Amino acid sequence: MGAQKKGGARVSEDSEEQSRQRLQAILLADSFTTKFRPVTLERPKVLLPLVNVPMIDYTLAWLESAGIEEVFVFCCAHSTQVIDYLETSEWHSHPNLVVRTIESHKSISAGDALRYIYEQQTETSQIQGDFVLVSGDTVSNMPLADLIQEHRERKKRDEKAIMTMVIKKSKPSLITHQSRLGTDQLFIAVDPLTKQLLHYEEDKVDYARGSVCLDKSLMESNPSVLLYNDMQDCYIDICSPEVLSLFEDNFDYQHLRRHFVKGVLVDDIMGYKIFTHEIGSSYAARVDNFRSYDTVSKDIIQRWTYPYVPDINFGGNRPVKLGRQGIYRACDVVQSRSADVGASTVVGYGTKIGNGDRILNSVIGNGCSIGSNVVIEGSYIWNNVTIEDGCEIRNAIVCDGVRIRAGAVLEPGVVLSFKVVVGRDFVVPAYSKVSLLQQPMKEDSDEELEYADSSSGTADRLSGLSLEMESKGSELGPDGAGYIWEVCEGAHDEEWKHSVAPIPEDKLAEITQAMDDYDDMEDESVVPTSGELKSDADSINTDVNDPGDDYGYFEKEVEGTFLRAVEEGIKVELGVLEINSLRLSYNMESADCAGAIFYSMMKLAVDTPHSSASELYKTASSIIAKWKGLLGFYVKQTDEQIEVIMKFEEMCQETAKELGPLFAQILHVLYEKDVVQEDAIMRWAEEKAGADEADKVYLQQCETFIQWLKEASEEEDEDDDEEED
Amino acid sequence: MPDVQSMVLEFVNKLRKRKIEGSQATARCTVELLRSVISHHRVPHANQASALIDAVKAVGAQLVAANPVELAVGNVVRRVLHIIREEDLSLATAAVAGLDLLEASDDDEDVNGKGIGYPGMSAAVVAAAARSTLRPPSLQTLLEGTPESATVPYTSSSGADSESKTADKSSVTRKLKHDVIEGVNQLIHEIAGCHEQIAEQAIEHIHQNEVILTLGSSRTVLEFLCAAKEKKRSFRVFVAEGAPRYQGHLLAKELVARGLQTTVITDSAVFAMISRVNMVIIGAHAVMANGGVIGPVGVNMAALAAKKHAVPFVVLAGSHKLCPLYPHNPEVLLNELRSPSELLDFGEFSDCLDFGSGSGSPLLQVVNPTFDYVPPSLVSLFITDTGGHNPSYMYRLIADYYSADDLVM
Repeated sequence: MGAQKKGGARVSEDSEEQSRQRLQAILLADSFTTKFRPVTLERPKVLLPLVNVPMIDYTLAWLESAGIEEVFVFCCAHSTQVIDYLETSEWHSHPNLVVRTIESHKSISAGDALRYIYEQQTETSQIQGDFVLVSGDTVSNMPLADLIQEHRERKKRDEKAIMTMVIKKSKPSLITHQSRLGTDQLFIAVDPLTKQLLHYEEDKVDYARGSVCLDKSLMESNPSVLLYNDMQDCYIDICSPEVLSLFEDNFDYQHLRRHFVKGVLVDDIMGYKIFTHEIGSSYAARVDNFRSYDTVSKDIIQRWTYPYVPDINFGGNRPVKLGRQGIYRACDVVQSRSADVGASTVVGYGTKIGNGDRILNSVIGNGCSIGSNVVIEGSYIWNNVTIEDGCEIRNAIVCDGVRIRAGAVLEPGVVLSFKVVVGRDFVVPAYSKVSLLQQPMKEDSDEELEYADSSSGTADRLSGLSLEMESKGSELGPDGAGYIWEVCEGAHDEEWKHSVAPIPEDKLAEITQAMDDYDDMEDESVVPTSGELKSDADSINTDVNDPGDDYGYFEKEVEGTFLRAVEEGIKVELGVLEINSLRLSYNMESADCAGAIFYSMMKLAVDTPHSSASELYKTASSIIAKWKGLLGFYVKQTDEQIEVIMKFEEMCQETAKELGPLFAQILHVLYEKDVVQEDAIMRWAEEKAGADEADKVYLQQCETFIQWLKEASEEEDEDDDEEED
Repeated sequence: MPDVQSMVLEFVNKLRKRKIEGSQATARCTVELLRSVISHHRVPHANQASALIDAVKAVGAQLVAANPVELAVGNVVRRVLHIIREEDLSLATAAVAGLDLLEASDDDEDVNGKGIGYPGMSAAVVAAAARSTLRPPSLQTLLEGTPESATVPYTSSSGADSESKTADKSSVTRKLKHDVIEGVNQLIHEIAGCHEQIAEQAIEHIHQNEVILTLGSSRTVLEFLCAAKEKKRSFRVFVAEGAPRYQGHLLAKELVARGLQTTVITDSAVFAMISRVNMVIIGAHAVMANGGVIGPVGVNMAALAAKKHAVPFVVLAGSHKLCPLYPHNPEVLLNELRSPSELLDFGEFSDCLDFGSGSGSPLLQVVNPTFDYVPPSLVSLFITDTGGHNPSYMYRLIADYYSADDLVM
């Protein structure tokens, strides 16, 4: 632009140009996931209507209004459809926004897309400076200009600040641990002063324990860290050009968050930094799955996205009029007097609503015809859908051109793809996905792969298919057409999490129950105190979850400590101290300690090389003699002593069979060394008296000893009695 | 005229995205845009007035559709249409007069140069013609038949002399456009100057030691109050803050900066304070043809409180806010619901908006209307740039500004 201007003005202009570059954005018109299948087999996700407007229009309208001047739309799956749409829409030759399309069929991930864009840059179309990276399913009304300015200034101060990530406060559900958009709960750590992102954890969070694992070095390098679990990642990023080259350098980066952000944060390449920006009053969300489709639709109807709402023409859409109770109704809707159209409903142009219909919380597209006595609740009916009399549709998505014959019922969570016909009185089971296309047999083992090979073949296959269908009937009743897709393995549990339907009560109750059970167990077992946290990061994140395992772990630790004590000749008092600290950190009872110590002692005895049973007996008794102080510290109560005996019995049966014959002898030693009192032995004997024959082996072995003890005590009792008299 | 087209698109875009709001700003932008539309419009030889009207109507319809709630846009478009019709009519009558004179003096130049330079002849005709455009033809005008006769001789005489007709016509064309632009400039001037015009009357309405209550923020009210202050009147102002946008806070700031004694109260305290108030002064968003007022949300409550305590309720409105439509008309969009985020913090309430559990239906609804409607019975007085009027006089005032043909666009 400055080419024709006079030379004198050049210098000042250059600096001006630097501060005011063209604002550019990269819009990924492909989500590189399969969450919207089977719908996305026939139409790209960005063109799916969200409250009767294609998703990409929300994104483009927002970008345009936020002052973005040039958008690179990256099309991959169904690229021709996207490009055709953009060319006929008002975004083509828009005065303020230049929309350029980039087409690639090879990319299977966001990383590939960015690499492709980086390679394809030409003189005329290139990323010149900082850019906004969004996907084509973003709905937002946040202002960007200030944020980009902030990003640039930060970049000027700190070369390494390459990205600003937009986050928004949104509380996750306490029960399901997913955000209202159906994504997993997100944990992030942020430096409260600089807003630098320090940690990002989307998956692998152990919800049940409520713990999240942070690298220790994080604490070392930052005086304070703010941990959030109520933030929602908006997937709106302000990026510096370095981001593109970083993707180019690391060809294994696929996912923006899982690989790129993790890579920058953890691998610490070049010391790049990511910053966060929290938005307050403006709205931003991404339609990532069917649940968020439902949530964002409702947010739009409730006007959180103002001015991108159905009654305002923001991007080539025909505005519909807003009436009371949040009912948006196009002016030419033919509605029967007896029809009941309830709150938060959108009805599009040319739609007919028959007698006695009940419509609530739903979006109905253009040109639909709805018969009489139809119930539609919480559903999304797209364009040109025919619904015959007496159908019931609850929490379903019904795509263009679908025909639902009289009396059919769609249970919650159903998705009917394009042109499916549901047969008369057919009940489509909950969460089923129905399409005219057959489910691809085994996906190419690559979960990242989006839609089936692009649009080319679909149409032909479709026409042939429907003919075939009609001749032989289908899975959707005798006069229906379409295949019910099987739910892939593993995803079955997740189905209800990400569907349009609200999570059913019984599922919620189930989760709550599971949580309660866990909490009960938690109470008796672990809560590590902070003082004993092991310094290496993974010690907290051990995979021991249930208290049984925890005891095993504890036992090992005790054994280790004990062996060290034996080897290094540590004093009994110090040993007590060490084991006490272990006991605290694992939240164990002293009985557990006693058992563990005794176990270690016997193990040591067994492990010491020996040739005969008598030799083993000698070592064992010498160890007991030497360490009875340590053991004695934990066996002050009768219960603890019994625990030791039980442990001993268990060992003899399972781990150290050699000790079996020596049971009575060693028990005697324990009695003599005052480790076990006679009360304990008697009680153990009483308990065991009722047990199975198999369990009584050791009891029988000690019978003489116990007999002797009994006699001794009786004598004592007599003595006592005499004294008292 | 691609640049005009792009200007229109840009303005439409701004209106749609709600980037330009407020009746004053939209009115000014609209009239300036229409001026350039008119000046760039190539007028055909025949029927130049109707061509201009069509052009303005086409643009106007786009603008109104872009944000129907900004009634000032429609008002200004109608005003411009009215100007075109009026100028056309006065030119026509002048031409009749000119042609009559042409036969007598044969002086082309003079006729075209001066235009309405024949006051004696044209004034009566113009007045009669103007009357006919202002209101539907009354029985009297039908009987008199003057305005109809004003156009008939023009067409018949133009057929008589073809040479003089062409020369005359092109100049008439230029003349019409020139006059219309002149008229539009006047309108621009009027819109820009309405604050001062209204403020000039302040001294007659605000008296010493009075307490004035206002709600929300209006530049007209600010100027009005300051004008009274400048005239050494000392009075106090209560400002209701105007939740949820709290524009009252801005007004209070400005009033204090100009040295006025100001008290900010919550909207809900209006009723409690009204007994101490001598007059309520409100800036309107639009004034409907029945004298009803559309103002910031909360105004109706203040009007009812004022009625209860017999406090005068005065509405300030520039003439561009006078809307020739009636509020019961289903075509008129009186209100707009804005984002709930002005009321609630999304993050705090996000758990109430979780549709994943329960019935999935939104239990929490947030309604955030922008405007309120005050029925004419609650309004004591309108102060416009032409003076004070009763609500019942509004329809007459509107008839002065708009022609009946343009009411439905």
